Amino acid sequence: MPKIKPEDLAKIKERTRRTLILREGSGRAKVTVHMGTCGIAAGARKIMNTLLRIIEEREIDDIILTTSGCAGLCSHEPMATVEVKGTAPVKYVDLTEKKIEEIFDQHVQKGIIVKEYALGVGSERTE
Amino acid sequence: MEDLSLHILDIVENSVTAGATFVSITVCEDKGHDLLSIEITDNGKGMSRGILQKATDPFFTQKTTRRVGLGLSLLQQAAKRANGKFSIESKKGKGTTVKASFQYSHVDRQPLGDIAETIETLVIGNPSVDFRYEHRENGLLSVFDTEAIGEQLAGAPISSPKGIRIIREILKKTKMNLTGTDSR
Repeated sequence: MPKIKPEDLAKIKERTRRTLILREGSGRAKVTVHMGTCGIAAGARKIMNTLLRIIEEREIDDIILTTSGCAGLCSHEPMATVEVKGTAPVKYVDLTEKKIEEIFDQHVQKGIIVKEYALGVGSERTE
Repeated sequence: MEDLSLHILDIVENSVTAGATFVSITVCEDKGHDLLSIEITDNGKGMSRGILQKATDPFFTQKTTRRVGLGLSLLQQAAKRANGKFSIESKKGKGTTVKASFQYSHVDRQPLGDIAETIETLVIGNPSVDFRYEHRENGLLSVFDTEAIGEQLAGAPISSPKGIRIIREILKKTKMNLTGTDSR
């Protein structure tokens, strides 16, 4: 077995740490941008870029931003899922840069779900 | 897909789904030979011969969320349209390499687009995957490698303001042709 050098240890530590932060979900909220073929073609990268800009500009350090694949609702892309710790995740559909900024301000920051952009909130009929 | 950087993002998402821990992306702009080529190699789970044969069939997918799989077929089509070539090599358990080339001056070649945005999205969206991006242009080489950013992060999560800033700065610094000189 080859000897492990100190540099290697640092590398291993870093790799594990990066994975752990995500898995442990140490953030207050998690935003997932759907990055399947459908999402990408519909503009998901712009949505991701808008979120990155907001996080960087406003120095927000308690949010986990990540990507995932296709959720099966290709005609409603771009989509993103917002999950505030301790509450149910909400899927937002047909996003634009403006909409995601509003969702970030309301849902991620204040905990208020933006119903008009959400998928299926209150869509069931009980009558 | 509007441009090649979006195709790259899409193909690399396949690599991530295939469980890759390392993905290497190379873009080569060789105006002398009128050629633009893209190569994406991953160490994901790879494909069996049977699946490989069906990989570019738009009506084949391994996803369970939908019944079509357009990513690879879209890139294949984009290459064909621009008088280029397309190939996939894959070994089960070893990984996959996707290659696409384009006639640089072809009227139907899509522009490269914003590669920096693609790399950013990949690196921040997939913190447990290592990425290496190489850009070759007429003999000049620029490299972006996530192995090198770990130290600079010094404990900060990759999607933190600090992480994002570091990645953006490095991407800017590696004077690569990130936004493409070929914008039309």
